[in-house]
Amino acid sequence: MKHLLTGALRREDAISLLDAAEDMHEVQDRQLKKLPALRGRTVVNAFFENSTRTRSSFEIAGKWLSADVINVSGSASSVKKGESLRDTVLTLAAMGIDGIVMRHGDSGAAQLAADWLDVSFPSVRVINAGDGAHEHPTQALLDAFALRRRLFGAQSRGRGLDGVRIAIAGDIAHSRVARSNALLLPALGAEVTFVGPPTLLPPGADTWNTTVTTDFDAVLQQPLDALMMLRVQLERQRGAFVPSVGEYIVGWSLTDERRAKLDDDTVIMHPGPMNRGLEISSRAAEGLQSAVLEQVTSGVSLRMAVLYSLIAGEEPQ
Amino acid sequence: MTTIIRGAKILGGETADLLVEDGVIAEIGRVSAEGDEIDAAGLVALPGLVDLHVHFREPGGEQAETVATGSRAAAQGGFTAVFAMANTSPVADSVAVVELVHDLGRRAGLVDVRPIGAVTVGLHGERLAELGLMARSRANVRVFSDDGKCVHDPLLMRRALEYVRPFGGVVAQHAQEPRLTENAVMHESELSGRLGLPGWPSVAEESIIARDALLAEQTDSRVHVCHVSTAGSVDIVRWAKARGISITAEVTPHHLMLTEELLAGYDPLYKVNPPLRRDEDVFALREAVADGTIDIVATDHAPHADEMKRTSFEDAAFGMVGLESALPVVLKTLVEPGHIEIADVARVLSSAPAAIGGLTGYREPLAVGAPANITLVDTADSSVFTTERLAGRSLNSPFLGIELPGRVQHVLHNGYRTVAEGKVVE
Repeated sequence: MKHLLTGALRREDAISLLDAAEDMHEVQDRQLKKLPALRGRTVVNAFFENSTRTRSSFEIAGKWLSADVINVSGSASSVKKGESLRDTVLTLAAMGIDGIVMRHGDSGAAQLAADWLDVSFPSVRVINAGDGAHEHPTQALLDAFALRRRLFGAQSRGRGLDGVRIAIAGDIAHSRVARSNALLLPALGAEVTFVGPPTLLPPGADTWNTTVTTDFDAVLQQPLDALMMLRVQLERQRGAFVPSVGEYIVGWSLTDERRAKLDDDTVIMHPGPMNRGLEISSRAAEGLQSAVLEQVTSGVSLRMAVLYSLIAGEEPQ
Repeated sequence: MTTIIRGAKILGGETADLLVEDGVIAEIGRVSAEGDEIDAAGLVALPGLVDLHVHFREPGGEQAETVATGSRAAAQGGFTAVFAMANTSPVADSVAVVELVHDLGRRAGLVDVRPIGAVTVGLHGERLAELGLMARSRANVRVFSDDGKCVHDPLLMRRALEYVRPFGGVVAQHAQEPRLTENAVMHESELSGRLGLPGWPSVAEESIIARDALLAEQTDSRVHVCHVSTAGSVDIVRWAKARGISITAEVTPHHLMLTEELLAGYDPLYKVNPPLRRDEDVFALREAVADGTIDIVATDHAPHADEMKRTSFEDAAFGMVGLESALPVVLKTLVEPGHIEIADVARVLSSAPAAIGGLTGYREPLAVGAPANITLVDTADSSVFTTERLAGRSLNSPFLGIELPGRVQHVLHNGYRTVAEGKVVE
């Protein structure tokens, strides 16, 4: 693997990344967390779209690996800004960096950046930290990692998520997290169900490797190993996706009542940032079942594993 | 001035000579006169091609194309007349701008450049532009369009249709319901869902065509549908024609050949509006040309400077250049599979678009007494389409690297040679 652009990974590649993240995770228990693995390497966090958690997570991951980490932020609309996305990416690469972690509001931006770099700067690695409504592969990997640890604990290494039942609920249509998970989790053997308002399911989702439904309560009546709630963005209301916040909550929010009906060992997940009281109640977000903060912690370990394997690792090609 | 074209296959049929005198076709048959000779042995003689839909970007977008460079692209493609869309900057919504474009076309001198006037001021869709004044101007405007934007207000569309009727005008509609296509950049489909790109559903085109057909019936006026892209649109146009409504329709070469699968790598070269659609749409569009439901092929030649395409898919500009590749793509997608004959090319790429646009001199292809607008094509040629074949200012062609049949060898525009041996004559 040269770049990490998508959650569509081969099972063995995904498992080896998750296992590498296990190694990195142990570092988090140490007092001195720095490893020398990427000393002398430079990683640019190029965030063309606002992000606090993903950027911080990558920054910490890079620093714990002793890489020099530079943060660059910019306007997403390059044409308006006067410099094209291509020029920005090539300019950064020309400074002699080893990797670009890229977040962009437009779908496909990381793929295009990788295509451009492969021509001019083939040694530079691209890690997709979220492209529009397309993919967010490190989020899917950290979700898989956190869930695998919850389910299998110390016996996690080498395992997939075979037979694990996961429901992903909310605004699937605009979610890059949902897309990456729909590619990664089934590759690891999991069974994924999408549930949300009919207006927030992407066209053709029924042809993906997932089950698709609008009936949240019916989904919750089936046995579930994990339930992942997605953020709902109220600013999309001009798109007339749901009649009201109240109606959304009645249909698709993980309320206290719905949480009470879940099995005690169903893991509750959320990629953040959470709208408490909208897609998830505060109690559901914070109860013992919740893996929300473990997901955040896992994010650093997983991203260390990704940076390490792409930038320090031998190039298999 | 006398030119003799020797041994051309007239409309792909019988071999004959063409005598051109004083800009007019003087004789077809065995010509014994003397003058400049063009050896057309093996070449097919077609009437000069007419494109009802090009974007020449001048004024305001000269980094992508000018009237002069667009005229070169047109000549290279075998065209002798083009209709230039109004979405320039400033918009061609006034006598001043349409006369400017008209005059720039004359100065370039390679093809007739007929300006299209905007339907609404600034393309804003709020009030009618001065349609009558543009019609009476030196530019003699007969086609009106907000192309790039849809005249979505039904009342304005009705008024425009009513207003242009007395002077034989036509409203060319860019059929795109705006609310159904907010931020849309590709066909809405399983693929758009996977790619996370905002989808442009077929119904956004079809619903406007259905409405406009009914408005044309109501007003007894003429509506022309730009760049039809879906099978459903074809059905609606077919229904409207059967009902006797004055509706005409065009399809672009790229919609006759390319499909949405090309977008999987997010290459903005394939970003176009309306978007590339599915195989079944492509087949329906080809059949619609064959059965006459779609009247013409028009390129929607939309040049863009490099920087407008070398960015993210969502950020990139819509459009593809098409003048130089139009005839080869028509040969490949319509003639080779047997949907139409070579002689029909003279209709869909010349006489029919001229008739819709109110352009004289193209009524009967290659008729004695008509202006000598003649395109000689080597239909036996088949070669990989390269940037060497592009004569305009921009290179955003989706056909580069694809093998296409047919090569324009010579073009006469009003008797003057604008292309010789495949090259534009400066």
